[in-house]
Amino acid sequence: MSSHTLARQAALRDPAWAGRVFWSSAALVLLWPLAVATEFRPWVLFEPANVKVSAQFIKTFFPPAGGTEFLAMVAREAWRTVAIATVGMTLALVLAVPLTLLSTSALSVSALSGRMARGPFWLRQGLRWLLIVLRSVPELVWALVFVRVVGLGPTAGVLAIALTYGGMLGKVYGEILESGEAHPTHALLRNGSGRLQALFYGLLPQNAAELTSYTVYRWECAIRSSVVLGFVGAGGLGQQLDTSMKMFNGGEVATMLLVFMALVALADRVSAGLRKALG
Amino acid sequence: MGLTLQVAAGEQVAIIGPSGAGKTTLLQVLACALPPTQGRLLLDDTAPWALPRGQLHALRGQLFLAPQVPPLPPRQRVVTAVLAGALPGWGLWASLRSLFYPRDIPAAHDALERFDLADKLFERVDRLSGGERQRVGLARALLAPAKLWLIDEPLSALDPSRSRQAITALTDGARERDVTLVATLHQVDVALAHFPRIVGLRDGALAFDLPAAEVSRERLARLYAQYEHELRGEHPTAADNPPADAPVPAVMHCR
Repeated sequence: MSSHTLARQAALRDPAWAGRVFWSSAALVLLWPLAVATEFRPWVLFEPANVKVSAQFIKTFFPPAGGTEFLAMVAREAWRTVAIATVGMTLALVLAVPLTLLSTSALSVSALSGRMARGPFWLRQGLRWLLIVLRSVPELVWALVFVRVVGLGPTAGVLAIALTYGGMLGKVYGEILESGEAHPTHALLRNGSGRLQALFYGLLPQNAAELTSYTVYRWECAIRSSVVLGFVGAGGLGQQLDTSMKMFNGGEVATMLLVFMALVALADRVSAGLRKALG
Repeated sequence: MGLTLQVAAGEQVAIIGPSGAGKTTLLQVLACALPPTQGRLLLDDTAPWALPRGQLHALRGQLFLAPQVPPLPPRQRVVTAVLAGALPGWGLWASLRSLFYPRDIPAAHDALERFDLADKLFERVDRLSGGERQRVGLARALLAPAKLWLIDEPLSALDPSRSRQAITALTDGARERDVTLVATLHQVDVALAHFPRIVGLRDGALAFDLPAAEVSRERLARLYAQYEHELRGEHPTAADNPPADAPVPAVMHCR
């Protein structure tokens, strides 16, 4: 091989290659202690005895349970689940919208010309901390608290979703409003419009599609969440699912899982339709 | 070095000068959008930055700053975008009702007609061309309850005949409303033809402040030394036109 070809090969080698190899191996080495900490041993799943147990459990899913009485009950409880999610989301919005508007820096007048004034800055910071408190307590814990206060039933689920989701919506709404194009809103504020006027004429038209899609996605999450809450007695389809699981009635579990899939697919369609209408 | 400028009520002033002279910054200081780092700004004998924040904001309602890039949300309709100019004079309830049914369609229509855009009244902003958007942004001024218009590069996206029409609409509109008009312009010939008073700015300092008739060829040559291509009316350099869509940093939302 001539020295010319060697030089050519060296010139055509990707110089970023070594760094890439180093960082990928470093990531693997760092992941290892995490896998140990979580006792992550996926091969246990495929041991013959375990495969048999899982297969038996899954086999009980077929055929999914039918029967008019059971289906009527599932429909009733599914409706209740949708109601828990919707009412919970509505209350969460009641909480999140004012908190977002008070805490987002996108509507700050003093920040237009340099730094935000001290009073408004600490007000916004304080409300952000409140949002952190609301969402850092999992809805399951809120539900356990409320089940003790208002008793078993959907009310506990509604309140739990309202508090946790209020915190989440408030945070993400704020981020959506701050990450969008600020030029129209700032121009309105600079010309002396009020904050709410700037919101309705600049900020919302700019960000409506993303806000809507996130809200519908959260509604979908609330449906799934209300299932988990059902397990601690907060009503809805989740409570029935819990009962069927405890009775080892796989057919009933399968039917209810199918209903969940239908609900999530429905949320997906609604979100796509709304985004198209607003886009 | 520096700048002393006094503008009487009802005057019409064009600010010219090469790129980077500080024309836009001067407009923003006049609009109370930026506080002056040095020196004094007086509007009707009051120092705006000494006012409490609420009063300063109320004062901004009497000033109208039209930025070079038209500040229009793409999904908004033209009628709403134009009426947004009137917001400082409206209460919150009236503004909300106007989203439901536009409050003053005739006024929006008349303002757009001045810029030859009356047929676009109910179009969405994202259906408009760049030049049309710029003219919609200017039409907003005609609705604003302002006593001072500060217009930044109103012609940067317009062809010569549209430029003439737009500048006539602005100067006539200001005269009819007894509004003071201060505009920055890249097109020196348009400035000389339509504005009685010309302010030349270079490197943040005043180069001259003269009636249009006294602005000689030599003065212009000195003002634009090393920037002769701008004086010849060639397209301003790319650096001078901020991109319409600055890249927005990607944000990951916790989902």
